[in-house]
Amino acid sequence: MGITVSLENMEKIYERPKTLKDKVMHYCPGCGHGVTHRLVMELVEELGIQHNTVGVAPVGCSVFAYYYMDIDMQEAAHGRACAVATGIKRMMPDHYVFTYQGDGDLAAIGTNETIHACNRGENITIVFVNNAIYGMTGGQMAPTTLLGQPATTCPLGREQAANGYPIRMSELVAQLPGTIYVERVAVNTPARVRKAKKALIKAFKSQELKKGTSFVEIVSNCPSNWKMTPVESNKWLDENMLPYYPLGLYKDEISGE
Amino acid sequence: MSEMLLMKGNEAMAEAAIRAGCEGYFAYPITPQSEVAEYMAREAPKHGVVFLQAESELAAINMLYGAAGAGFKVWTSSSSPGISLMQEGISYIAGAMLPCVIVNVNRGGPGLGTIQPSQSDYFQTVKGGGHGDYRLITLAPSTVQEIADYMGLAFDLAWKYRNPAMILMDGALGQMMEKVQFKPYTDPGRDLSWSTRGKPEERESNFITSLFIKPEEMEQVNLQLQKTYREIEQNEVRYDSYEVDDAEMVLVAYGLSARIASKVMHILRDKGLKVGLVKPITLWPYPYKILSDLADRVKGFFVMELNAGQMVEDVRLGVNGKKEVGFYGRMGGMIYSPEEVAEKAEAFARKIGM
Repeated sequence: MGITVSLENMEKIYERPKTLKDKVMHYCPGCGHGVTHRLVMELVEELGIQHNTVGVAPVGCSVFAYYYMDIDMQEAAHGRACAVATGIKRMMPDHYVFTYQGDGDLAAIGTNETIHACNRGENITIVFVNNAIYGMTGGQMAPTTLLGQPATTCPLGREQAANGYPIRMSELVAQLPGTIYVERVAVNTPARVRKAKKALIKAFKSQELKKGTSFVEIVSNCPSNWKMTPVESNKWLDENMLPYYPLGLYKDEISGE
Repeated sequence: MSEMLLMKGNEAMAEAAIRAGCEGYFAYPITPQSEVAEYMAREAPKHGVVFLQAESELAAINMLYGAAGAGFKVWTSSSSPGISLMQEGISYIAGAMLPCVIVNVNRGGPGLGTIQPSQSDYFQTVKGGGHGDYRLITLAPSTVQEIADYMGLAFDLAWKYRNPAMILMDGALGQMMEKVQFKPYTDPGRDLSWSTRGKPEERESNFITSLFIKPEEMEQVNLQLQKTYREIEQNEVRYDSYEVDDAEMVLVAYGLSARIASKVMHILRDKGLKVGLVKPITLWPYPYKILSDLADRVKGFFVMELNAGQMVEDVRLGVNGKKEVGFYGRMGGMIYSPEEVAEKAEAFARKIGM
């Protein structure tokens, strides 16, 4: 019984980009990091910039990004990715330099480095994965945790009086004159994944202009720490994350009007 | 040989770094060494050197991490509170085995302290400071000329061993003007094979990290670091000694204190006391052996430091109980006069039977 499938007559239309190492990722099932890693590495392959791209990994779930991305990378201390990327880019202004950071890294411990890199207009791309929780340390409250959203350090839900408000980073950095391109995207539907890739390509290509920082926020999920199935988490993202973190273009000065 | 110039220590340091072929400098202003950043801001562009004033010492040390990780010859400078803020980054730089130079123009602490000179960061520099088992190659100049001389040496040692090097000096040396002559510098060549400058087809990707989550791997990294440290201890101990051949008592002092100690030695010699001086140049690796050897034939050692007694612990380790070790220090930015120390040292000399 069974059907014999011959690969010979089939055309391969989808495969792992060469810039992504052939390794099993440590990410949980349904996590947005896998897709986001892939998008960044697809664009590095498509733009043909593997030889002159340097990435900076954060501390957080994506701390091991350099195990998967087949490019030269540096692992930064928690929150310092934008400073590390600044050091790299200032020495090699013609390289493509990007940071890949989560919400705790970029918007709590590293807010200062983020804002100042954006304000100086460092010609880097900041890939910001916002899933409203600390993943690696096990579900503690993030600076982007929503009001009412439970986390292990706010078990009854985030309360404004005690914990303040979730921080909207795209809106914040778009205010800074140093940013040239700011867009918030998501990766919880195929259509949004395609849109996210377009934003990432635009952000990387903007480095060629040497006119400022490009910032792409990716609203993502965390099924494990949200304690949901991947499907439930994608739905929860739509219903809870997106009203507070609206998708869209916050700044685009690439065309240079 | 180049011409003789009259320069401030901080400016001589910056000029020496440029002459040693530095490619970048990242820093945040802090007294008493802000002239370094000012000098670099003015001179760096003329030499194609990258200069960037960071938003904090935290950012500066991490910019250094990024630039060093990309294989560039880079450095930073700061003073005590700023160096404290950099400790996280210094630990990461040591863990990731990145060569770079960090200058600490020590001022009095603890806390915000004073802007006056001090040697109170000795422990922080040579015994740790940041977390984990790491070491900084540490050079301690005592004149403006030595500041200039050690800058190139610091870069060379850092790159030879892929380990951060620190120049530990103090506010007085940074601020004083002295004659200085810049010696010709030749870069001994640098291995960049590990650096992140973009992955060419023909090699695997390089990554700079201090994270090794499996304890078996982390132990191996530590063993590698320790092996490097033993090599450095074997090859790089540096010190000067003065009039120790007939000495019955040996003064031990580094940096600013060493030049005052030299005067103390002459005061005591004029009184007929046979006193010598050992001036450690490398504070790590520390010149234990000369002290151990001298301990077999002198009557005692007298250590003077602008702190509560930090390096004196290393002197005691070197002497290892063979002879008595005396100490005199001033703190909080106060500098002792030679006469003041001579009085204390003389009392100690009488006590040990001289």
